[in-house]
Amino acid sequence: MATATEQWVLVEMVQALYEAPAYHLILEGILILWIIRLLFSKTYKLQERSDLTVKEKEELIEEWQPEPLVPPVPKDHPALNYNIVSGPPSHKIVVNGKECINFASFNFLGLLDNPRVKAAALASLKKYGVGTCGPRGFYGTFDVHLDLEDRLAKFMKTEEAIIYSYGFATIASAIPAYSKRGDIVFVDRAACFAIQKGLQASRSDIKLFKHNDMADLERLLKEQEIEDQKVKLKYKYKARIFLEESLSFGVLGEHGGGVTEHYGINIDDIDLISANMENALASIGGFCCGRSFVIDHQRLSGQGYCFSASLPPLLAAAAIEALNIMEENPGIFAVLKEKCRQIHKALQGISGLKVVGESLSPAFHLQLEESTGSREQDVRLLQEIVDQCMNRSIALTQARYLEKEEKCLPPPSIRVVVTVEQTAEELERAASTIKEVAQAVLL
Amino acid sequence: MRPGPGGCCCRRTVRANGCVANGEVRNGYVRTSAAAAAAASQIHHVTQNGGLYKRPFNEAFEETPMLVAVLTYVGYGVLTLFGYLRDFLRHWRIEKCHHATEREEQKDFVSLYQDFENFYTRNLYMRIRDNWNRPICSVPGARVDIMERQSYDYNWSFKYTGNIIKGVINMGSYNYLGFARNTGSCQEAAAKILEEYGVGVCSTRQEIGNLDKHEELEELVARFLGVEAAMAYGMGFATNSMNIPALVGKGCLILSDELNHASLVLGARLSGATIRIFKHNNMQSLEKLLKDAIVYGQPRTRRPWKKILILVEGIYSMEGSIVRLPEVIALKKKYKAYLYLDEAHSIGALGPTGRGVVDYFGLDPEDVDVMMGTFTKSFGASGGYIGGKKELIDYLRTHSHSAVYATSLSPPVVEQIITSMKCIMGQDGTSLGKECVQQLAENTRYFRRRLKEMGFIIYGNEDSPVVPLMLYMPAKIGAFGREMLKRNIGVVVVGFPATPIIESRARFCLSAAHTKEILDTALKEIDEVGDLLQLKYSRHRLVPLLDRPFDETTYEETED
Repeated sequence: MATATEQWVLVEMVQALYEAPAYHLILEGILILWIIRLLFSKTYKLQERSDLTVKEKEELIEEWQPEPLVPPVPKDHPALNYNIVSGPPSHKIVVNGKECINFASFNFLGLLDNPRVKAAALASLKKYGVGTCGPRGFYGTFDVHLDLEDRLAKFMKTEEAIIYSYGFATIASAIPAYSKRGDIVFVDRAACFAIQKGLQASRSDIKLFKHNDMADLERLLKEQEIEDQKVKLKYKYKARIFLEESLSFGVLGEHGGGVTEHYGINIDDIDLISANMENALASIGGFCCGRSFVIDHQRLSGQGYCFSASLPPLLAAAAIEALNIMEENPGIFAVLKEKCRQIHKALQGISGLKVVGESLSPAFHLQLEESTGSREQDVRLLQEIVDQCMNRSIALTQARYLEKEEKCLPPPSIRVVVTVEQTAEELERAASTIKEVAQAVLL
Repeated sequence: MRPGPGGCCCRRTVRANGCVANGEVRNGYVRTSAAAAAAASQIHHVTQNGGLYKRPFNEAFEETPMLVAVLTYVGYGVLTLFGYLRDFLRHWRIEKCHHATEREEQKDFVSLYQDFENFYTRNLYMRIRDNWNRPICSVPGARVDIMERQSYDYNWSFKYTGNIIKGVINMGSYNYLGFARNTGSCQEAAAKILEEYGVGVCSTRQEIGNLDKHEELEELVARFLGVEAAMAYGMGFATNSMNIPALVGKGCLILSDELNHASLVLGARLSGATIRIFKHNNMQSLEKLLKDAIVYGQPRTRRPWKKILILVEGIYSMEGSIVRLPEVIALKKKYKAYLYLDEAHSIGALGPTGRGVVDYFGLDPEDVDVMMGTFTKSFGASGGYIGGKKELIDYLRTHSHSAVYATSLSPPVVEQIITSMKCIMGQDGTSLGKECVQQLAENTRYFRRRLKEMGFIIYGNEDSPVVPLMLYMPAKIGAFGREMLKRNIGVVVVGFPATPIIESRARFCLSAAHTKEILDTALKEIDEVGDLLQLKYSRHRLVPLLDRPFDETTYEETED
């Protein structure tokens, strides 16, 4: 009986084999052959381990010499010896013991030694102490921070704002919160270092377009569109805009609202505006503002926001008071613009130096008209001009860069900053001093 | 308690009727004094490790009880299911969508952020969101005033009722030495400097933002740490993320602890060096990585590494563990690597004179190549510093990203750091600094001992002022935070993604400003809440550290 059932099962099996479709049989056959091959093939280890004896390993460990932790810095490195400022870096600044007029700090609206700002900060100090002792998530959120965020959102006419405790970290944390591996970012060549670091942390693809050249940007967007085969500069190519306004916040526009106010653009069209409060607002820290949809995401994914202590309340109170002053005197922006135009005109025509920058910008550069050929030599020449100007009580500074780390290193230059506190005579004096010194040094 | 026949290790209580008790029943578990004493002495003996340590190193991470782990997973499973259900309802508009959405004109753009990343936020974090970002309106000292918030739509939005909950015991702020004060010598000095210098600086260190105050601060920091020179920066996070790339680059190797802070991870990634991770505080894992790195060189090309940098922290803030510094230094010397020590939480908080983890172990600060720390926690200010040899600091002055592109520290903040540091060093003529350091150490020992006696699972080293108390289950995270606030105690609870998913915890940060009464009140309430929420999981099964089996480390390499 057993054999009969066996045979019967066998018959069924053979029948199934005949009835199965051909591709099925072929597939099974290939799989069986593959298994046989795998069983008989030689195994190879995943990691090559060369057979070093313990003694050889110890010798290698003995022999290995690392580089020194840091390479030695030459004593005459231009950035090694800092200028020491005694006292506040305000309009009249004491640099290395000499009193000068300050044409180097970004104190555009002169709020650095404004007594109202100081009083507000002092009141905050008496109430809260100095530090916040925690990040925003863990009892580091003060009512002052919430106030400042509200005020900034109202000032910029956006839905929400978020503040950071360090200006550099603002845009450097905002970019990686949204843009990850696999995303594309189109960046201006002259973007500041903080943006470059944010892009590096985000690991996205980066496409650079020529400085301020919209035709170049359009060309890049078109190329990307062809690659993507997506249909349809922002709505046409479906890109988002992040604007970095550290130097234009509190400077451009009728009420100091920055570039969007200056050109009359609807603020909702910009996805994110990031600025630091260390220039016009004369405080410390930075903020991002935009729609709630965009900004709220940073509260959990902005690294510099979540993992760092919050802004000391006295600095937030100072920023709020500075905003109050800006809102009460909208006339200062026009005054600042006028002064910029004045000094821009006065500095034209210096032999050997050319003015680089728009006449609206309160911070512009003086570059050598003809470079000597080596960057070091240029830097030395410019430093000579700066030192002599300081001797004549005009405080200037060279624009500093990390030469090996910048993507597109600008040529060496002297940065001149115009503030509201500088009188017309001082501007004239500065212009003539620079002219004289430049003539003396460069000719 | 007369010493029983077992000698001084065993304490056998003599009961009223004259019998000698062998042990006690506590919390449902029989605990014999002999076993406990043996366990304690085992830990003591096992971690002496060949005389490198001058004091006992008692660190323990009790294992998660099996039932609790299972229930935690079940809890997360249920939450995920409900999350999908709610998303479904929101998608079909059966339920109102509370969170902000993209603009109409931009709906067909590529989405700005990943949706799945958001699933956790929408469906799990939102439910218990009221435990974080609690706004305060007073100085963050031992007691703090919290602004009351109400939510009528399940935490999607908050309204301030206008009430202020006064005098909440603050167990969440990083105020180790109690310098977060709005009165006293530090505040007066800072006020004076504020009047004189103003608040902002408006320039970078290399341009015209280097004030005489900064130079004074850096000299003081160098003296405090016992190193040749130091440099100060405006933000602790940025100190790491901007200086590690200046020190190492392509062709270098970074060996980083598993549980390093986000700033160290970001700095390591931005540098472009190869990163290898070793198990948390595990010296065998580190040694194996070092050996393999030197013997086999760079991957594929086999060229020797240019330099090897070990990144460790003094106190790990989520675990409460202290780095095994004597062993790390021994390894570093043997293999010629460089050591970068991040003392964000340990500076001021450890050591007989408050000089950090180097002082705690009695080692030489010159052995640590780069000593980094922050001023936020023990000095009541903000900012970070790096200390080391003069060549290192000269190099950082010229090549650090922060010196070139970032604004320098604000003058009143600098003054606060100077005053508080002088106070800790004892240079202001009082012994306030020394008292604070001692008070913190006493508070730490007392608090940890009492919590362990109550039966909670407490992670970390016995001397670390960061005390993590394990909660495990997701619902208990929210419940613990809320119950403690009801009883007027503010605590910090942490869950995923700051911790592994089943190991959520409450983290207490002790402070020298906490008096014994405050601690006793807090302990009483924690005891009550622990009974209410059934948090006393400990079975006193402390795993002695070297007995843990060391498995073959296969390192993960991340190359950028």
